Amino acid sequence: MSEPLLKAINLQCERDGRELFRDLSFSILPATVTRVEGANGSGKTTLLRILAGLSDAWAGQLLWCGEPRVRVRESFLRNVLYLGHRPGIKLLLSPLENLRALMAGRRPLGDKALLQALARTGLAGYEQVPCRHLSAGQQRRVALARLLVADEPLWLLDEVFTAIDASGVSAIENLLQERAAEGGAVVFTTHHKVQIAGTKRLVLTPGAVGYDD
Amino acid sequence: MMIKPLDQAVGSIDAMKAVFARDMKVAFRQRQDLLNPLLFFMMVVTLFPLGVSPEISFLQEAGAGILWVAALLSVLLSLDHLFRHDFDDGTLEQLVLQPQPLFLLVLAKTMAHWVLTGLPLVLLTPVLGVMVHLDGNSIAILCLTLLIGTPVLSLIGAIGAALTLGLRSAGVLLSLLIIPLYIPVLIFGTGTVAAAAEGAPVGAYLALLGAFLVLALTLAPFASAAALKVSLSNS
Repeated sequence: MSEPLLKAINLQCERDGRELFRDLSFSILPATVTRVEGANGSGKTTLLRILAGLSDAWAGQLLWCGEPRVRVRESFLRNVLYLGHRPGIKLLLSPLENLRALMAGRRPLGDKALLQALARTGLAGYEQVPCRHLSAGQQRRVALARLLVADEPLWLLDEVFTAIDASGVSAIENLLQERAAEGGAVVFTTHHKVQIAGTKRLVLTPGAVGYDD
Repeated sequence: MMIKPLDQAVGSIDAMKAVFARDMKVAFRQRQDLLNPLLFFMMVVTLFPLGVSPEISFLQEAGAGILWVAALLSVLLSLDHLFRHDFDDGTLEQLVLQPQPLFLLVLAKTMAHWVLTGLPLVLLTPVLGVMVHLDGNSIAILCLTLLIGTPVLSLIGAIGAALTLGLRSAGVLLSLLIIPLYIPVLIFGTGTVAAAAEGAPVGAYLALLGAFLVLALTLAPFASAAALKVSLSNS
């Protein structure tokens, strides 16, 4: 058994006076895909934001590679990729410029690699078009192109399948599966029917917490 | 195959350059927004002679103050945009999650804000200075005080912009929070020009303005970064 990348111990979160979860403990191991499940408002997004380090409204312990996360914040941030509801795409910039800006602080790549990634997500021919002229699904694909060039061991993906067509969904399924086979860890939420072999489920229900393999 | 945790990140300076370059690029794709603070600045300065008195003696006396107040208000007006668009489209989340220290990235954003709003105001000042009958020496001193003062306005303003990010109607609160902090800069900015007009030495005034700038440069980015994290955490 390899060492967990991220370990959550007794996580507890309250939002607007309502308890979303308590005593939530789990480990994210390398080479696994975990799906966070729950009804609307059950705290899936909140959990992912807590794991990514965006939200401070929680109690409990988070260990990154065995160390408390606050102590290794910089290395933690470098090793985790978070993709949220809001895709982080500037509508005034083209897909290529967006991708370049997103990678600049993490893993600067030449335009060739970036153009290849954009082509693989089906954006060939749109590289230089400002993103506001693209459809919602295409904008989403710009954010997803980032996954193709990402080297972070842990991915936290919130509703990545939104506004993506059927062929896109299966492409992402394959990508996540390959990622796990390479040894990366993926945590995602979705309301779509998604088939990824060996997916672990992390179920958030008010008051109680289930975690089955 | 195992994926090993990564150690090396991009250097902070390179990351700052990238943030700065992106902000400039976005701003130049939306040029009309760049003109707004300048137009406001020009309008306020033009309205004073019309509304109060076109007499040369009045304008010479009040001119520097009018220009400083107009510059201050036009920076204040532009502040809400500093983080708002990034907040709405999610790029701010990605900025906060970058492995480099956040205060440096915020400093890069604030510098971009100054280059896009404060600096054009300084460049426009000689023209408007002539319009309110300031003499050459006063205009030079006024430009110098604005050159030192407007970055302070951007840096302090960034704290307020970051704090009010999560609120829907942030405008009034932002002004209430920030204007008291702008007052010392305004007093010493206009004081410098007044002293110069009387022929008094201005070295001490400029040194104080410079001290404000150093203080703001060293402290404000930390405060803005902390405020950004709080605002994002509550969103």
